[in-house]
Amino acid sequence: MVINSKIATSEYILRTEQLSVFYGNFKAVRDVNLDISRNKITAFIGPSGCGKSTVLRCFNRLNDLIPGARIEGRITFEDKDIAKMDSIALRRRVGMVFQKPNPFPKSIYENIAFGARVNGYRGDMDELVERSLRQAALWNEVKDKLKQSGLSLSGGQQQRLCIARALAIEPEVLLMDEPCSALDPISTLRVEELLQELKQQYTIIIVTHNMQQAARVSDKTAFFNAQATETGSKSGYLVEYSSTEVIFKNPKQEDTRDYVSGRFG
Amino acid sequence: MTAQDPKAFQNYSEANPNFNASLSDRYRLDKILEFAAWTATFFGLAMLVILLITVFRDGLFRLNWSFITSYPSRNPSAAGILSPLVGSIWLLITVALVSFPLGVGAGIYLEEYASDNWLTRFVDINIANLAAVPSIIYGLLGLQLFVRWMFPITNGRSVLAGALTLSLLILPVIIIATREALRTVPDSIRQAGYALGATKWQVIRIQVFPLALPGILTGTILALSRAIGETASLITIGALTFIAFVPELSLKGLQSPFTALPIQIYNWVSRPQPEFHTNAAAAIIVLMILLLLMNTTAIVLRNKFQKARG
Repeated sequence: MVINSKIATSEYILRTEQLSVFYGNFKAVRDVNLDISRNKITAFIGPSGCGKSTVLRCFNRLNDLIPGARIEGRITFEDKDIAKMDSIALRRRVGMVFQKPNPFPKSIYENIAFGARVNGYRGDMDELVERSLRQAALWNEVKDKLKQSGLSLSGGQQQRLCIARALAIEPEVLLMDEPCSALDPISTLRVEELLQELKQQYTIIIVTHNMQQAARVSDKTAFFNAQATETGSKSGYLVEYSSTEVIFKNPKQEDTRDYVSGRFG
Repeated sequence: MTAQDPKAFQNYSEANPNFNASLSDRYRLDKILEFAAWTATFFGLAMLVILLITVFRDGLFRLNWSFITSYPSRNPSAAGILSPLVGSIWLLITVALVSFPLGVGAGIYLEEYASDNWLTRFVDINIANLAAVPSIIYGLLGLQLFVRWMFPITNGRSVLAGALTLSLLILPVIIIATREALRTVPDSIRQAGYALGATKWQVIRIQVFPLALPGILTGTILALSRAIGETASLITIGALTFIAFVPELSLKGLQSPFTALPIQIYNWVSRPQPEFHTNAAAAIIVLMILLLLMNTTAIVLRNKFQKARG
């Protein structure tokens, strides 16, 4: 395992400055200022359409894949502007787990090996596969069937496979876009326990619709909301960003208080 | 709920005056449409069965080893299909080698790389139109382009010129089949690949293309089946009808004159002597066996790759 020998230059691993995201001419998210703390779990909460996933996908530049998508403002990763970084190199360091588990229709082994191979992994692949599956708390369940298709697993197992796959390339940040929304409550709890272990090594940002999950799992919480524009569509913005305890017990904004108390959304 | 006796349900539906179930009418319409669909299927199959029966009746007895290994001849009982059969196989292999990489490559570029602008859409429309152009037009194009302009390479009316012409003919079909197959691959696979730091080509080569392969293969082999039955375009570029030799088994053989099964069949059918018609029937059986082999290969390959897809 490579230990990042660089002394952490700041408390914040990812920062946004006046980040706005456009799809064509439509401003989907406006003026987001966020500092993501290292080795903490940050939750993005808010009603549908408020831009949480959009902002998340900016961090690994997956929005680049959408034709017509562009950003204004700056995002820095380890104090370097990610727009000037090579996006392929960025994505090895900032990994992502998606809402619906999407393992490749290949064997469990190959699912994990793929990311390692395309990034030129030089170590022992068998050992990497085992290590990644252990980190995702999946090893004991699949160690005897590594050659079976990833799709033969249950939903919760598939999602943990996707987590193992993301961890195999040794990222520094893990972006999770509603990772438990397609899972049953028991699988959800297992993934949440997993996150608590993972945050010692990784920085995690999790988008979630489930406020109780955000309250259980995260250290800091960012509350996004949406505002109707003249054309009738919704534009997202950051309302409040603070420690989870403050957001849920003593929020400063009235909108935040209304949302976390269930009065809307 | 089965329609055992519509009348038994009458009272049940009349219990709610807002609905007029008319169950017996609906069940009757169901049965009528099912019968109509069955009849349509029956007619299609019946035509095929009639074709098979008449061809087998007229030609099966003529089909023997000497028929397959003899050259065409003015004497119908000595005539055989060796040169047309070899010509068709030569064409098949060459067309496959030329059209598969070109068609699949173009399909991958158009579907995965090209951005959605007016130029790409213009190309799209043109490819769709090209798929519908009559084959004789391709024959005329092949005559000017491959037989005349490219004479130094193709040596005129040769297997190579015929194969290139047929490749042009089926290229749009392969491109469209490739794009359709690529579209069936869920986008979530690509997203997962990119999120792991793979380049576009890595995502396509390792994840997307293997999933699209069954569809691509099926489309390609169906396109090749069409090429094997092509007559008009080959006649236009000048495939001769009396060839008493087979092309030599080398690259030079590509430059030799040739004939093909459909052309020989057409030639024999046009003769007045009934013995030649018998020969034609036997040749049709051989052609159909060839087509059957190709389609079986398509199905086997498709199933093999579909199993790998999990």
